Amino acid sequence: MNNKDNDAKGIWKVIGASSMGTLIEWYDFYIFGSLATVIAGQFFPKTNPTAALLSTLATFAAGFIVRPFGALFFGRLGDIVGRKYTFLLTLILMGGSTFAIGLVPSYETIGFAAPVIVLILRLLQGLALGGEYGGAATYVAEHAPPGRRGFYTSWIQTTATLGLFVSLGVILITRHSLDANEARSIEKFNDWGWRIPFLVSILLVVLSIYIRMTMKESPVFAKLKSEGKVATNPLKESFTHRSNLKMVLLALFGATMGQGVVWYTGQFYAQSFLENVCKINFDQSRTILIWAILFGTPFFVVFGNLSDKIGRKWIMMTGMLLAVLFYRPIYQECYEISSAFLTDGSVTLPTQEYWEIVLLVFVQIIFVTMVYGPIAAFLVELFPTRIRYTSMSLPYHVGNGVFGGLTPFIATLLTTIYTSDKLVGLWYPIIIASVCLVIGLLYLTNTIDPDVND
Amino acid sequence: MEKLKRLMGLVWMAMGPLAILFLIRTAISEIEKKPVIDTFIQWGVFVVVFIPIAIGLVIFGYFAFKGDYHQMPIDSAHLED
Repeated sequence: MNNKDNDAKGIWKVIGASSMGTLIEWYDFYIFGSLATVIAGQFFPKTNPTAALLSTLATFAAGFIVRPFGALFFGRLGDIVGRKYTFLLTLILMGGSTFAIGLVPSYETIGFAAPVIVLILRLLQGLALGGEYGGAATYVAEHAPPGRRGFYTSWIQTTATLGLFVSLGVILITRHSLDANEARSIEKFNDWGWRIPFLVSILLVVLSIYIRMTMKESPVFAKLKSEGKVATNPLKESFTHRSNLKMVLLALFGATMGQGVVWYTGQFYAQSFLENVCKINFDQSRTILIWAILFGTPFFVVFGNLSDKIGRKWIMMTGMLLAVLFYRPIYQECYEISSAFLTDGSVTLPTQEYWEIVLLVFVQIIFVTMVYGPIAAFLVELFPTRIRYTSMSLPYHVGNGVFGGLTPFIATLLTTIYTSDKLVGLWYPIIIASVCLVIGLLYLTNTIDPDVND
Repeated sequence: MEKLKRLMGLVWMAMGPLAILFLIRTAISEIEKKPVIDTFIQWGVFVVVFIPIAIGLVIFGYFAFKGDYHQMPIDSAHLED
Protein backbone atom coordinates (compact mmCIF):
# COMPACT_ATOMS: atom_id res chain seq x y z
CA MET A 1 0.00 0.00 0.00
CA ASN A 2 1.51 3.35 -1.00
CA ASN A 3 1.55 6.63 0.96
CA LYS A 4 -1.43 8.03 -0.94
CA ASP A 5 -3.61 5.07 0.09
CA ASN A 6 -2.45 5.40 3.70
CA ASP A 7 -3.24 9.12 3.67
CA ALA A 8 -6.70 8.47 2.23
CA LYS A 9 -7.38 5.77 4.83
CA GLY A 10 -6.08 8.06 7.56
CA ILE A 11 -8.32 10.99 6.68
CA TRP A 12 -11.42 8.78 6.63
CA LYS A 13 -10.50 7.41 10.05
CA VAL A 14 -10.16 10.99 11.30
CA ILE A 15 -13.53 11.94 9.78
CA GLY A 16 -15.20 8.81 11.17
CA ALA A 17 -13.90 9.33 14.71
CA SER A 18 -14.68 13.05 14.73
CA SER A 19 -18.09 12.77 13.09
CA MET A 20 -19.33 9.95 15.28
CA GLY A 21 -18.55 11.83 18.48
CA THR A 22 -20.02 15.06 17.16
CA LEU A 23 -23.15 13.29 15.95
CA ILE A 24 -23.66 11.77 19.40
CA GLU A 25 -23.23 15.17 21.03
CA TRP A 26 -25.87 16.67 18.76
CA TYR A 27 -28.16 13.70 19.45
CA ASP A 28 -27.71 14.18 23.19
CA PHE A 29 -28.43 17.87 22.86
CA TYR A 30 -31.53 17.49 20.68
CA ILE A 31 -33.40 14.78 22.55
CA PHE A 32 -33.98 17.30 25.31
CA GLY A 33 -35.49 19.83 22.88
CA SER A 34 -37.51 17.20 21.05
CA LEU A 35 -39.00 15.98 24.34
CA ALA A 36 -39.64 19.47 25.73
CA THR A 37 -43.36 18.97 26.37
CA VAL A 38 -42.91 15.51 27.97
CA ILE A 39 -40.08 16.79 30.18
CA ALA A 40 -42.22 19.79 31.19
CA GLY A 41 -44.77 17.40 32.65
CA GLN A 42 -42.09 15.52 34.58
CA PHE A 43 -39.92 18.28 36.01
CA PHE A 44 -42.01 21.42 36.24
CA PRO A 45 -45.22 22.02 38.26
CA LYS A 46 -48.19 20.72 36.32
CA THR A 47 -50.68 23.30 37.58
CA ASN A 48 -49.97 25.61 34.65
CA PRO A 49 -49.02 23.70 31.49
CA THR A 50 -48.03 26.87 29.61
CA ALA A 51 -45.67 27.89 32.38
CA ALA A 52 -44.27 24.39 32.42
CA LEU A 53 -43.65 24.47 28.68
CA LEU A 54 -42.11 27.92 28.82
CA SER A 55 -39.86 26.84 31.66
CA THR A 56 -38.63 23.95 29.56
CA LEU A 57 -38.14 26.17 26.55
CA ALA A 58 -36.24 28.61 28.76
CA THR A 59 -34.09 25.70 29.89
CA PHE A 60 -33.70 24.82 26.22
CA ALA A 61 -32.65 28.40 25.49
CA ALA A 62 -30.27 28.32 28.45
CA GLY A 63 -28.68 25.32 26.80
CA PHE A 64 -28.01 27.46 23.75
CA ILE A 65 -27.00 30.62 25.57
CA VAL A 66 -24.20 28.91 27.52
CA ARG A 67 -22.77 27.54 24.29
CA PRO A 68 -20.66 30.66 23.64
CA PHE A 69 -19.16 30.28 27.12
CA GLY A 70 -18.33 26.66 26.32
CA ALA A 71 -16.74 27.90 23.11
CA LEU A 72 -14.49 30.28 25.07
CA PHE A 73 -13.60 27.80 27.80
CA PHE A 74 -12.90 24.77 25.63
CA GLY A 75 -11.60 26.85 22.72
CA ARG A 76 -8.90 28.24 24.99
CA LEU A 77 -8.12 24.75 26.27
CA GLY A 78 -7.95 23.38 22.72
CA ASP A 79 -5.49 26.06 21.66
CA ILE A 80 -3.27 25.45 24.69
CA VAL A 81 -3.51 21.71 25.45
CA GLY A 82 -4.54 20.40 22.05
CA ARG A 83 -7.56 19.51 19.94
CA LYS A 84 -7.70 15.79 20.73
CA TYR A 85 -7.92 15.94 24.52
CA THR A 86 -10.27 18.89 24.52
CA PHE A 87 -12.92 17.36 22.31
CA LEU A 88 -12.53 14.11 24.23
CA LEU A 89 -13.38 16.04 27.39
CA THR A 90 -16.45 17.66 25.82
CA LEU A 91 -17.71 14.23 24.79
CA ILE A 92 -17.38 12.87 28.34
CA LEU A 93 -19.14 15.93 29.77
CA MET A 94 -21.98 15.73 27.27
CA GLY A 95 -22.44 11.96 27.62
CA GLY A 96 -22.39 12.11 31.42
CA SER A 97 -24.93 14.96 31.56
CA THR A 98 -27.31 13.27 29.13
CA PHE A 99 -27.19 9.97 30.99
CA ALA A 100 -27.77 11.79 34.28
CA ILE A 101 -30.88 13.59 32.92
CA GLY A 102 -32.34 10.15 32.23
CA LEU A 103 -31.86 9.28 35.92
CA VAL A 104 -33.23 12.42 37.62
CA PRO A 105 -36.38 11.65 39.67
CA SER A 106 -39.49 13.64 38.76
CA TYR A 107 -40.84 16.80 40.47
CA GLU A 108 -43.49 14.67 42.20
CA THR A 109 -40.76 12.53 43.81
CA ILE A 110 -38.09 15.02 44.89
CA GLY A 111 -39.83 18.38 44.50
CA PHE A 112 -38.04 21.56 43.45
CA ALA A 113 -34.63 19.83 43.32
CA ALA A 114 -35.74 18.05 40.13
CA PRO A 115 -36.00 21.10 37.82
CA VAL A 116 -32.86 22.60 39.39
CA ILE A 117 -30.79 19.46 38.69
CA VAL A 118 -32.18 19.25 35.16
CA LEU A 119 -31.34 22.89 34.53
CA ILE A 120 -27.74 22.38 35.75
CA LEU A 121 -27.31 19.29 33.57
CA ARG A 122 -28.75 21.16 30.61
CA LEU A 123 -26.26 23.97 31.15
CA LEU A 124 -23.43 21.41 31.21
CA GLN A 125 -24.70 20.01 27.91
CA GLY A 126 -24.60 23.50 26.43
CA LEU A 127 -21.05 24.06 27.68
CA ALA A 128 -19.88 20.75 26.23
CA LEU A 129 -21.48 21.42 22.85
CA GLY A 130 -19.82 24.84 22.81
CA GLY A 131 -16.45 23.12 22.91
CA GLU A 132 -17.15 20.17 20.65
CA TYR A 133 -17.86 21.59 17.23
CA GLY A 134 -14.83 23.87 16.95
CA GLY A 135 -12.59 21.00 17.99
CA ALA A 136 -14.03 18.52 15.52
CA ALA A 137 -14.05 20.97 12.60
CA THR A 138 -10.50 22.15 13.35
CA TYR A 139 -9.24 18.58 13.83
CA VAL A 140 -10.62 17.40 10.47
CA ALA A 141 -9.56 20.57 8.60
CA GLU A 142 -6.01 20.30 9.94
CA HIS A 143 -5.80 16.75 8.58
CA ALA A 144 -7.42 17.53 5.21
CA PRO A 145 -5.30 18.03 2.09
CA PRO A 146 -5.31 21.50 0.50
CA GLY A 147 -8.11 21.97 -2.02
CA ARG A 148 -10.32 19.33 -0.35
CA ARG A 149 -11.01 21.04 2.96
CA GLY A 150 -14.60 21.93 2.11
CA PHE A 151 -15.36 18.35 1.10
CA TYR A 152 -13.84 16.69 4.16
CA THR A 153 -15.18 19.13 6.74
CA SER A 154 -18.66 18.88 5.20
CA TRP A 155 -18.91 15.41 6.76
CA ILE A 156 -18.70 17.10 10.15
CA GLN A 157 -21.46 19.43 8.93
CA THR A 158 -23.81 16.49 8.36
CA THR A 159 -23.61 15.49 12.03
CA ALA A 160 -25.83 18.24 13.43
CA THR A 161 -28.65 17.30 11.08
CA LEU A 162 -28.06 13.56 11.47
CA GLY A 163 -28.05 14.01 15.26
CA LEU A 164 -31.51 15.54 14.96
CA PHE A 165 -32.56 12.74 12.60
CA VAL A 166 -31.38 10.01 15.00
CA SER A 167 -32.98 11.73 17.98
CA LEU A 168 -36.35 11.97 16.19
CA GLY A 169 -36.08 8.34 15.07
CA VAL A 170 -35.15 6.99 18.53
CA ILE A 171 -38.00 8.97 20.13
CA LEU A 172 -40.59 7.73 17.60
CA ILE A 173 -39.45 4.10 17.84
CA THR A 174 -39.40 4.17 21.67
CA ARG A 175 -42.80 5.88 21.79
CA HIS A 176 -44.42 3.09 19.75
CA SER A 177 -42.62 0.04 21.12
CA LEU A 178 -43.37 0.05 24.83
CA ASP A 179 -46.69 -1.77 24.53
CA ALA A 180 -48.62 -3.66 21.85
CA ASN A 181 -51.48 -1.20 22.36
CA GLU A 182 -50.51 2.16 20.83
CA ALA A 183 -52.34 4.36 23.36
CA ARG A 184 -50.80 2.46 26.28
CA SER A 185 -47.38 2.65 24.65
CA ILE A 186 -47.63 6.44 24.39
CA GLU A 187 -48.85 6.62 27.99
CA LYS A 188 -45.86 4.57 29.17
CA PHE A 189 -43.53 6.71 27.10
CA ASN A 190 -44.83 9.92 28.68
CA ASP A 191 -44.57 8.33 32.12
CA TRP A 192 -41.10 6.74 32.09
CA GLY A 193 -40.19 5.68 28.51
CA TRP A 194 -38.88 9.17 27.64
CA ARG A 195 -35.85 8.30 29.79
CA ILE A 196 -34.74 5.56 27.35
CA PRO A 197 -33.36 7.91 24.63
CA PHE A 198 -31.27 9.65 27.32
CA LEU A 199 -29.96 6.42 28.82
CA VAL A 200 -29.07 4.62 25.58
CA SER A 201 -26.78 7.45 24.51
CA ILE A 202 -24.20 6.34 27.08
CA LEU A 203 -23.39 3.22 25.03
CA LEU A 204 -22.64 5.32 21.96
CA VAL A 205 -20.66 7.82 24.01
CA VAL A 206 -18.43 5.09 25.52
CA LEU A 207 -17.78 3.65 22.06
CA SER A 208 -16.97 7.08 20.68
CA ILE A 209 -14.64 7.91 23.58
CA TYR A 210 -12.75 4.68 22.91
CA ILE A 211 -12.38 5.51 19.21
CA ARG A 212 -11.26 9.06 19.90
CA MET A 213 -8.66 7.89 22.42
CA THR A 214 -6.98 5.88 19.67
CA MET A 215 -6.59 8.98 17.49
CA LYS A 216 -3.46 11.14 17.32
CA GLU A 217 -3.24 14.89 17.86
CA SER A 218 -3.77 17.16 14.84
CA PRO A 219 -0.43 17.21 12.94
CA VAL A 220 -0.62 20.98 12.49
CA PHE A 221 -1.12 21.59 16.22
CA ALA A 222 1.48 18.94 17.17
CA LYS A 223 4.05 20.74 14.98
CA LEU A 224 3.18 24.07 16.56
CA LYS A 225 3.58 22.56 20.01
CA SER A 226 6.90 20.93 19.20
CA GLU A 227 8.18 24.31 18.00
CA GLY A 228 7.01 25.97 21.24
CA LYS A 229 4.70 28.34 19.35
CA VAL A 230 1.45 27.48 21.13
CA ALA A 231 -0.54 30.55 22.25
CA THR A 232 -0.20 31.38 25.95
CA ASN A 233 -3.38 33.44 26.09
CA PRO A 234 -5.67 32.57 23.14
CA LEU A 235 -8.58 34.64 24.48
CA LYS A 236 -6.46 37.79 24.57
CA GLU A 237 -4.98 37.11 21.14
CA SER A 238 -8.37 36.33 19.63
CA PHE A 239 -10.44 39.17 20.98
CA THR A 240 -8.15 42.05 21.87
CA HIS A 241 -5.93 42.12 18.80
CA ARG A 242 -7.80 44.32 16.36
CA SER A 243 -6.66 42.41 13.26
CA ASN A 244 -8.13 39.16 14.62
CA LEU A 245 -11.16 40.69 16.33
CA LYS A 246 -12.29 42.21 13.06
CA MET A 247 -12.30 38.72 11.50
CA VAL A 248 -14.24 37.28 14.47
CA LEU A 249 -16.88 40.01 14.06
CA LEU A 250 -16.99 39.51 10.29
CA ALA A 251 -17.43 35.75 10.74
CA LEU A 252 -20.35 36.40 13.10
CA PHE A 253 -22.22 39.18 11.30
CA GLY A 254 -21.35 38.15 7.75
CA ALA A 255 -21.80 34.38 7.99
CA THR A 256 -22.75 32.49 11.16
CA MET A 257 -25.58 34.81 12.26
CA GLY A 258 -27.55 34.19 9.06
CA GLN A 259 -26.48 30.57 8.85
CA GLY A 260 -27.75 29.98 12.41
CA VAL A 261 -31.26 31.29 11.75
CA VAL A 262 -31.55 29.46 8.43
CA TRP A 263 -30.45 26.22 10.13
CA TYR A 264 -32.91 26.46 13.02
CA THR A 265 -35.81 27.71 10.90
CA GLY A 266 -35.47 24.88 8.39
CA GLN A 267 -35.31 22.17 11.02
CA PHE A 268 -36.70 23.28 14.39
CA TYR A 269 -39.17 26.03 13.55
CA ALA A 270 -40.45 23.96 10.63
CA GLN A 271 -41.38 21.13 13.00
CA SER A 272 -42.86 23.50 15.57
CA PHE A 273 -44.92 25.27 12.86
CA LEU A 274 -46.24 22.00 11.43
CA GLU A 275 -47.25 20.75 14.87
CA ASN A 276 -48.51 23.93 16.57
CA VAL A 277 -49.79 26.16 13.76
CA CYS A 278 -50.74 23.64 11.06
CA LYS A 279 -51.91 21.21 13.80
CA ILE A 280 -50.38 18.22 12.00
CA ASN A 281 -50.36 15.27 14.40
CA PHE A 282 -47.28 14.32 16.48
CA ASP A 283 -46.10 11.41 14.34
CA GLN A 284 -46.64 13.01 10.93
CA SER A 285 -45.00 16.31 11.94
CA ARG A 286 -41.90 14.34 12.93
CA THR A 287 -41.79 11.86 10.07
CA ILE A 288 -42.13 14.75 7.59
CA LEU A 289 -38.95 16.21 9.04
CA ILE A 290 -37.24 12.80 9.10
CA TRP A 291 -37.87 12.25 5.35
CA ALA A 292 -36.82 15.80 4.46
CA ILE A 293 -33.59 15.42 6.45
CA LEU A 294 -32.90 12.01 4.92
CA PHE A 295 -33.20 13.36 1.36
CA GLY A 296 -31.43 16.63 2.17
CA THR A 297 -28.39 15.48 4.15
CA PRO A 298 -26.21 14.39 1.16
CA PHE A 299 -26.32 17.99 -0.04
CA PHE A 300 -24.06 19.08 2.84
CA VAL A 301 -21.30 17.11 1.12
CA VAL A 302 -22.36 18.32 -2.34
CA PHE A 303 -22.09 21.98 -1.33
CA GLY A 304 -18.97 21.41 0.81
CA ASN A 305 -17.32 19.81 -2.21
CA LEU A 306 -18.55 22.55 -4.55
CA SER A 307 -17.10 25.18 -2.21
CA ASP A 308 -13.62 23.74 -2.88
CA LYS A 309 -14.12 24.54 -6.55
CA ILE A 310 -15.98 27.87 -6.62
CA GLY A 311 -15.30 29.26 -3.12
CA ARG A 312 -17.38 29.33 0.07
CA LYS A 313 -18.91 32.79 -0.08
CA TRP A 314 -21.33 32.57 -3.01
CA ILE A 315 -22.82 29.25 -1.95
CA MET A 316 -23.54 30.50 1.57
CA MET A 317 -24.91 33.84 0.32
CA THR A 318 -27.16 32.15 -2.24
CA GLY A 319 -28.57 29.89 0.48
CA MET A 320 -29.36 32.93 2.64
CA LEU A 321 -30.94 34.82 -0.27
CA LEU A 322 -33.18 31.88 -1.19
CA ALA A 323 -34.25 31.51 2.44
CA VAL A 324 -35.14 35.21 2.70
CA LEU A 325 -37.15 35.09 -0.54
CA PHE A 326 -38.96 31.79 -0.09
CA TYR A 327 -39.69 31.33 3.63
CA ARG A 328 -43.06 33.06 3.60
CA PRO A 329 -44.37 31.37 0.41
CA ILE A 330 -43.21 27.96 1.72
CA TYR A 331 -44.87 28.32 5.12
CA GLN A 332 -48.02 29.84 3.58
CA GLU A 333 -48.29 26.78 1.32
CA CYS A 334 -47.79 24.41 4.29
CA TYR A 335 -50.55 26.20 6.17
CA GLU A 336 -52.98 26.14 3.24
CA ILE A 337 -52.37 22.46 2.51
CA SER A 338 -52.87 21.37 6.11
CA SER A 339 -55.83 23.63 7.00
CA ALA A 340 -58.05 21.76 4.51
CA PHE A 341 -57.75 18.62 6.69
CA LEU A 342 -58.35 20.11 10.14
CA THR A 343 -60.79 18.00 12.15
CA ASP A 344 -61.23 18.11 15.95
CA GLY A 345 -58.20 20.37 16.31
CA SER A 346 -55.80 17.96 14.60
CA VAL A 347 -54.63 17.31 11.04
CA THR A 348 -53.86 13.91 9.54
CA LEU A 349 -52.59 14.41 6.03
CA PRO A 350 -53.48 12.10 3.11
CA THR A 351 -50.50 10.64 1.22
CA GLN A 352 -50.23 13.20 -1.57
CA GLU A 353 -50.45 16.24 0.73
CA TYR A 354 -48.07 14.56 3.18
CA TRP A 355 -45.39 14.29 0.48
CA GLU A 356 -46.06 17.83 -0.72
CA ILE A 357 -45.18 19.08 2.75
CA VAL A 358 -42.12 16.78 2.86
CA LEU A 359 -41.02 18.52 -0.36
CA LEU A 360 -41.55 21.98 1.16
CA VAL A 361 -39.48 21.08 4.22
CA PHE A 362 -36.86 19.42 1.99
CA VAL A 363 -36.44 22.73 0.11
CA GLN A 364 -35.70 24.40 3.44
CA ILE A 365 -33.14 21.69 4.24
CA ILE A 366 -31.45 22.50 0.93
CA PHE A 367 -31.11 26.13 2.07
CA VAL A 368 -29.61 24.75 5.30
CA THR A 369 -27.07 22.65 3.41
CA MET A 370 -26.03 25.64 1.29
CA VAL A 371 -25.30 27.89 4.26
CA TYR A 372 -23.97 25.16 6.56
CA GLY A 373 -22.07 22.78 4.25
CA PRO A 374 -19.11 25.10 3.52
CA ILE A 375 -18.99 27.00 6.81
CA ALA A 376 -16.52 24.81 8.75
CA ALA A 377 -13.89 25.20 6.03
CA PHE A 378 -14.71 28.92 5.80
CA LEU A 379 -14.18 29.45 9.56
CA VAL A 380 -11.05 27.31 9.79
CA GLU A 381 -9.42 29.23 6.95
CA LEU A 382 -10.19 32.58 8.55
CA PHE A 383 -7.95 32.10 11.61
CA PRO A 384 -4.35 31.03 12.38
CA THR A 385 -3.56 27.65 13.97
CA ARG A 386 -2.42 29.02 17.33
CA ILE A 387 -5.82 30.61 18.12
CA ARG A 388 -8.07 28.81 15.62
CA TYR A 389 -10.12 26.75 18.08
CA THR A 390 -10.98 29.81 20.21
CA SER A 391 -11.48 32.26 17.34
CA MET A 392 -13.78 30.10 15.24
CA SER A 393 -15.78 28.62 18.13
CA LEU A 394 -17.13 31.91 19.48
CA PRO A 395 -18.71 33.33 16.28
CA TYR A 396 -20.02 29.86 15.43
CA HIS A 397 -21.79 29.43 18.76
CA VAL A 398 -23.06 33.01 19.02
CA GLY A 399 -24.43 32.66 15.48
CA ASN A 400 -25.88 29.21 16.00
CA GLY A 401 -26.52 29.14 19.74
CA VAL A 402 -27.91 32.62 20.29
CA PHE A 403 -29.30 33.78 16.93
CA GLY A 404 -30.17 30.30 15.71
CA GLY A 405 -31.04 28.53 18.95
CA LEU A 406 -33.50 31.20 19.96
CA THR A 407 -35.28 31.14 16.57
CA PRO A 408 -38.14 28.76 17.54
CA PHE A 409 -38.55 30.60 20.84
CA ILE A 410 -38.61 34.15 19.40
CA ALA A 411 -40.70 33.12 16.40
CA THR A 412 -43.28 31.47 18.67
CA LEU A 413 -43.24 34.51 20.94
CA LEU A 414 -43.96 36.79 17.97
CA THR A 415 -47.02 34.71 17.09
CA THR A 416 -48.37 35.28 20.61
CA ILE A 417 -47.82 39.07 20.35
CA TYR A 418 -49.13 39.54 16.79
CA THR A 419 -51.89 36.95 16.70
CA SER A 420 -53.50 37.95 13.38
CA ASP A 421 -50.59 36.78 11.19
CA LYS A 422 -49.77 33.06 11.34
CA LEU A 423 -46.46 33.66 9.58
CA VAL A 424 -45.29 36.58 11.71
CA GLY A 425 -42.65 34.39 13.43
CA LEU A 426 -40.75 34.20 10.14
CA TRP A 427 -39.83 37.89 10.27
CA TYR A 428 -37.14 37.11 12.84
CA PRO A 429 -35.09 34.73 10.63
CA ILE A 430 -35.86 36.81 7.52
CA ILE A 431 -34.55 40.06 9.04
CA ILE A 432 -31.47 38.45 10.61
CA ALA A 433 -30.60 36.55 7.42
CA SER A 434 -31.11 39.71 5.33
CA VAL A 435 -28.70 41.78 7.46
CA CYS A 436 -26.17 38.94 7.37
CA LEU A 437 -26.58 38.62 3.60
CA VAL A 438 -25.82 42.32 3.02
CA ILE A 439 -22.77 42.21 5.33
CA GLY A 440 -21.52 38.97 3.75
CA LEU A 441 -21.95 40.29 0.21
CA LEU A 442 -20.13 43.51 1.02
CA TYR A 443 -17.26 42.39 3.19
CA LEU A 444 -16.51 38.66 2.70
CA THR A 445 -14.04 37.53 0.09
CA ASN A 446 -14.42 34.38 -1.95
CA THR A 447 -10.77 33.40 -1.57
CA ILE A 448 -9.93 29.85 -0.47
CA ASP A 449 -6.93 29.79 1.88
CA PRO A 450 -4.53 27.24 0.34
CA ASP A 451 -2.61 26.73 3.59
CA VAL A 452 -4.06 26.36 7.10
CA ASN A 453 -0.69 25.35 8.57
CA ASP A 454 0.17 28.95 9.41
CA MET B 1 -17.09 49.62 -3.45
CA GLU B 2 -14.72 50.78 -0.71
CA LYS B 3 -16.79 53.95 -0.22
CA LEU B 4 -19.94 51.83 0.10
CA LYS B 5 -18.22 49.59 2.67
CA ARG B 6 -17.33 52.68 4.71
CA LEU B 7 -20.81 54.23 4.44
CA MET B 8 -22.49 50.99 5.43
CA GLY B 9 -20.17 50.99 8.45
CA LEU B 10 -22.18 53.98 9.69
CA VAL B 11 -25.39 51.98 9.21
CA TRP B 12 -24.06 49.08 11.30
CA MET B 13 -22.90 51.52 13.97
CA ALA B 14 -26.37 53.05 14.12
CA MET B 15 -28.11 49.66 14.09
CA GLY B 16 -26.50 48.57 17.37
CA PRO B 17 -28.06 51.25 19.64
CA LEU B 18 -31.34 51.14 17.68
CA ALA B 19 -31.57 47.40 18.22
CA ILE B 20 -30.93 47.82 21.97
CA LEU B 21 -33.56 50.58 22.18
CA PHE B 22 -36.13 48.49 20.31
CA LEU B 23 -35.37 45.46 22.48
CA ILE B 24 -35.67 47.35 25.78
CA ARG B 25 -38.89 49.14 24.73
CA THR B 26 -40.47 45.86 23.63
CA ALA B 27 -39.31 44.15 26.82
CA ILE B 28 -40.84 46.88 29.02
CA SER B 29 -44.09 46.85 27.07
CA GLU B 30 -44.39 43.05 27.22
CA ILE B 31 -43.54 42.91 30.94
CA GLU B 32 -46.15 45.61 31.66
CA LYS B 33 -48.76 43.63 29.71
CA LYS B 34 -48.03 40.41 31.57
CA PRO B 35 -46.01 41.02 34.75
CA VAL B 36 -45.27 37.40 35.67
CA ILE B 37 -41.97 35.65 36.34
CA ASP B 38 -41.87 33.91 32.94
CA THR B 39 -42.13 37.23 31.09
CA PHE B 40 -39.35 38.72 33.23
CA ILE B 41 -37.11 35.71 32.57
CA GLN B 42 -37.73 35.61 28.82
CA TRP B 43 -37.16 39.29 28.19
CA GLY B 44 -34.37 39.51 30.75
CA VAL B 45 -32.50 36.78 28.87
CA PHE B 46 -33.05 38.51 25.53
CA VAL B 47 -31.82 41.88 26.78
CA VAL B 48 -28.76 40.46 28.58
CA VAL B 49 -27.74 38.29 25.62
CA PHE B 50 -28.35 40.70 22.76
CA ILE B 51 -26.79 43.85 24.29
CA PRO B 52 -23.17 42.57 23.99
CA ILE B 53 -23.95 41.41 20.45
CA ALA B 54 -25.30 44.87 19.57
CA ILE B 55 -22.10 46.39 20.99
CA GLY B 56 -20.17 43.97 18.76
CA LEU B 57 -22.15 45.28 15.78
CA VAL B 58 -21.15 48.86 16.65
CA ILE B 59 -17.47 47.80 16.80
CA PHE B 60 -17.87 45.97 13.49
CA GLY B 61 -19.40 49.12 11.97
CA TYR B 62 -16.54 51.21 13.34
CA PHE B 63 -13.95 48.88 11.78
CA ALA B 64 -15.85 48.99 8.49
CA PHE B 65 -16.03 52.78 8.60
CA LYS B 66 -12.30 52.98 9.30
CA GLY B 67 -11.59 50.82 6.25
CA ASP B 68 -10.35 47.71 8.09
CA TYR B 69 -12.16 45.48 5.61
CA HIS B 70 -10.71 47.00 2.44
CA GLN B 71 -7.70 44.70 2.48
CA MET B 72 -8.43 41.23 3.82
CA PRO B 73 -5.53 39.15 5.25
CA ILE B 74 -4.15 36.57 2.85
CA ASP B 75 -2.31 34.60 5.52
CA SER B 76 -1.80 34.57 9.27
CA ALA B 77 1.13 36.98 9.17
CA HIS B 78 -1.40 39.66 8.25
CA LEU B 79 -3.31 38.97 11.46
CA GLU B 80 -0.36 39.94 13.66
CA ASP B 81 -0.69 43.35 15.27
